[in-house]
Amino acid sequence: MTGRNPQGVFLERRAYHKRRMRDLARAVPIIGAVLISIPLLWPQGDDGVTNSTAIVYVFGVWIVLIALAALISRVVQSDEPPAAPAEER
Amino acid sequence: MVTFNILVAVALLYVAVLFGVAFYAERRAALGFGGWLHSPIVYTLSLSIYCTAWTFYGAVGYAARSGVEFVTIYLGPTLVMVGWWWVLRRLVRIGRSQRITSIADLISSRFGKSTSLGVIVTLLAVVATTPYIALQLQSVTLSFAVFSNAGGQAWGHEELNGAAIVVAIGLATFTVFFGTRNLDANERHHGIVMAIAVEAVVKLVALLAVGIFVVWGIAGGPAQMLQQIDASPISHWEQDGSRWIGLIFVSGAAFICLPRMFQVLVVENVDERHLNIAGWAFPTYLFLMSLFVVPIAVVGLNLMPAGANPDLFVLTIPLSQGRDGLAMVSFLGGFSSATSMVIVSTIALSTMVSNHIVLPVWLSAHKGQGAKVSGDVRSVILRSRRISIAAVLTLGYLYYRISGGGTALAAIGLVSFSGVVQIFPVLLGGIFWRGATRIGAAMGLLTGFAVWGWTLFLPSFGDGAIISHAAMQHGPFGIVWLRPDALFGIDGMDPLVHGIMWSMILNTLVFFIGSIFSFPTPLERLQGAQFVNVFDYSVGSARWRSSVAGAEDLLIMSQRILGGNEAQALFQREAKSQGKAGYLPDVTSDFIERLERELAGSVGAATAHAMIGQLTEGSSVSVEDLIAVADEAAQILEYSNRLEAKSAEQEQTARALRDANEKLTALSVQKDAFLSQISHELRTPMTSIRSFSEILRDGETTAAQQGHYAGIIHDETLRLTRLLDDLLDLSVLANGQVTLQDQNGNLRDLIDRAVDVAGGDGDGMRILRDRSGENFVLHTDLDRLGQVFINLITNARKYCDAKSPMLKIKVGLVAGQHVVDFIDNGTGIQVGNQQMIFEKFSRVADQSKAGGAGLGLAICREIMQRLGGQISYLPGQGGAAFRVVLPNNKPLSNQ
Repeated sequence: MTGRNPQGVFLERRAYHKRRMRDLARAVPIIGAVLISIPLLWPQGDDGVTNSTAIVYVFGVWIVLIALAALISRVVQSDEPPAAPAEER
Repeated sequence: MVTFNILVAVALLYVAVLFGVAFYAERRAALGFGGWLHSPIVYTLSLSIYCTAWTFYGAVGYAARSGVEFVTIYLGPTLVMVGWWWVLRRLVRIGRSQRITSIADLISSRFGKSTSLGVIVTLLAVVATTPYIALQLQSVTLSFAVFSNAGGQAWGHEELNGAAIVVAIGLATFTVFFGTRNLDANERHHGIVMAIAVEAVVKLVALLAVGIFVVWGIAGGPAQMLQQIDASPISHWEQDGSRWIGLIFVSGAAFICLPRMFQVLVVENVDERHLNIAGWAFPTYLFLMSLFVVPIAVVGLNLMPAGANPDLFVLTIPLSQGRDGLAMVSFLGGFSSATSMVIVSTIALSTMVSNHIVLPVWLSAHKGQGAKVSGDVRSVILRSRRISIAAVLTLGYLYYRISGGGTALAAIGLVSFSGVVQIFPVLLGGIFWRGATRIGAAMGLLTGFAVWGWTLFLPSFGDGAIISHAAMQHGPFGIVWLRPDALFGIDGMDPLVHGIMWSMILNTLVFFIGSIFSFPTPLERLQGAQFVNVFDYSVGSARWRSSVAGAEDLLIMSQRILGGNEAQALFQREAKSQGKAGYLPDVTSDFIERLERELAGSVGAATAHAMIGQLTEGSSVSVEDLIAVADEAAQILEYSNRLEAKSAEQEQTARALRDANEKLTALSVQKDAFLSQISHELRTPMTSIRSFSEILRDGETTAAQQGHYAGIIHDETLRLTRLLDDLLDLSVLANGQVTLQDQNGNLRDLIDRAVDVAGGDGDGMRILRDRSGENFVLHTDLDRLGQVFINLITNARKYCDAKSPMLKIKVGLVAGQHVVDFIDNGTGIQVGNQQMIFEKFSRVADQSKAGGAGLGLAICREIMQRLGGQISYLPGQGGAAFRVVLPNNKPLSNQ
């Protein structure tokens, strides 16, 4: 079906990909909120999770979020329209 | 051992370096070399004012008391930043397209440029920020005290208060100096942004240095560190879920709503694409800032004696280990955190206070008064900003004194956060929901403000301090449902979470219901559509009806706000883009709209709208405009806009042609008039010469009569000669046959001479001069230039029709060129004639007292063109005004 016009497919894919990256950009804070809320389900008190584990988890999630945001910024950057000429001074 | 004096010296040196950095950045930006100022790195670093001294010192104390919970303060902003696509992108775009100057301006602008909303948000921000500034003063003074204690001098209250005063005064000076130097059309402060970027690096390096020292120097490596954590008093995960969620929410929302954060995030943003980088770079910064907090806390708890203040571990651990250098770096880190926060906060607050409180009051007090001096509004704004900076810092200092500077103050950080978060529902509603109205917003804000005040702010002063003990226990007047920590009888919640929850719920609910049951004004609906659909169409904002306002009136008003030079440059640019020469463009609705936006960048949307509204008389929005915006087929609008742009070009050409034609017609009329005038001018003296010489020829006269008649004949020939000289001079100049002579001379001497020749000061007309401004050396043909000055002064003498005529000679620098303005206080020249007066043979009115043939200004123009300068009529100065642009000091090419 798609074999007839390979170039068109290629472009189509890129545009499609970009759209999905924007979806990812929207999803990152939601993913982050969910991951950060997970510790609330952990058992508390002296028999529960130690704080060293908690720290490793929280900072791990943090790094994942930063990495995702950095990845998105590389892709999304190019299609941001330049500011309208009237605003450039 | 670091002595206290060395510490003070280092702090002063550091401040001096910051001054230098800020000054250098301003200079570079002013010269147009500010490219690197606009890098995403600087933007990201400037966001770090989120990390104040409260987080620099306090986070460790927080961790020592309640474990990992401190991290919520950083997680909230992290989520907001990585989710920039949702809210920040929209805010920044709106901020740029609407020229937003502060968060109060954003809210006011969104809801129909409402003054009252601006006032509410400003007051809320001032109340919520003051304790926070007090907190910064406290942390700096405490850190000074740590060093002086270590040096053996225990500090009492008096020394602490003294230090706080010195710090407050120093900060006020810095902020006034760099924050109110100019009234930029888009409210950006390059010097300050650069300085806080440097401070951001200092505080990060400081905290990392202490952290690395603690983990590798004391604990012996990351693995041992983790073991130590598990063996410490904060070994286990014991987290209250409501606080975890509540604090992440509050810090995330406050990250957007804090006036200082809004300032750096939106107002100081120079390029929307920077968000893209900051989206991951700033979370990285926060990550690094919090990485070593728990290790420092745990090591501090182990090493330091029981009862040591954990808020100061960052300083006391290096000191106790004899690492004075490290302690010094750490001190500078804390100092940086405090100062950068205070500086940006006070700038943001002073902008809000001056634009939304002082200026509306001033304008309504001066309504209808005739005195419209160029730049008067501008000087009011700058002065009120300076005063409000000092006032905000004074408030902070007073709060510090009254609260006693104890631990009560440390708890205020989160209370302060939850106060500014009351703006959050209205902000979100404003940019996502077109149905939000001004009335709903005001009601929601006031409700949130009241609930926050009752449940969090007033109790924060302590039990019984403002709210009585009985009211705390049993509610006011015994109404249990109104107990500050258990509204509606719901008991047992964490007080902070309780206050945040109820204030947010009630705030949002009232905002929502109020919006649904009220009806917005047309301007609100337009602004709402603009804000919510900011990505769909950035064109088509509130259109002014093609109005009755004259260009000259608009120029006078703009000069009051922007100052003379900037306003004139703006109008000149606009006129040029319409294809017209001079300073007065056609008043189109597009032009008024652009002008309003430009002014909004200085004084806020509400004031700019009100000031333009005064001139254009009447409402700006018509039903057709509303339909146009609400129209589903906005694309049609877009298309017609494009057509319009094309036809605008043709219109321009047509307008230029029309202008030329008008000029030609007028000239030919004037030429005819001139011919009859010149024959008249030649005939009158001729007639008297002839008749008197006939009398003399016929004899029969006494000697006295002979002398008298000969005198008349002589005078008349002189008049003829002068007229012929003028004509000759003009034709020589016009044909370029004149030889110019390079001369060096002082402008002041030149003007002195011209004034003397033209009849001197006094004698019927007063001449006002700024002699010190005139004192510089010129290199040009001074005789010719003097001729121009003499002509202008003589003209003022002849034509100025004021009761007590006055001529102001003003020297200035416009766009890098020296200009001399001659401004009298007469009625000036009518707009229709302003183009014409420089033409040959033209004279505005047939005033017989003119005594010339109307060649003076034409000669002036020719001379200035030969000299490489310019002369033009300057409208809007309250009288006839001529601007002479002096030639550049280059050698003249003899023509």
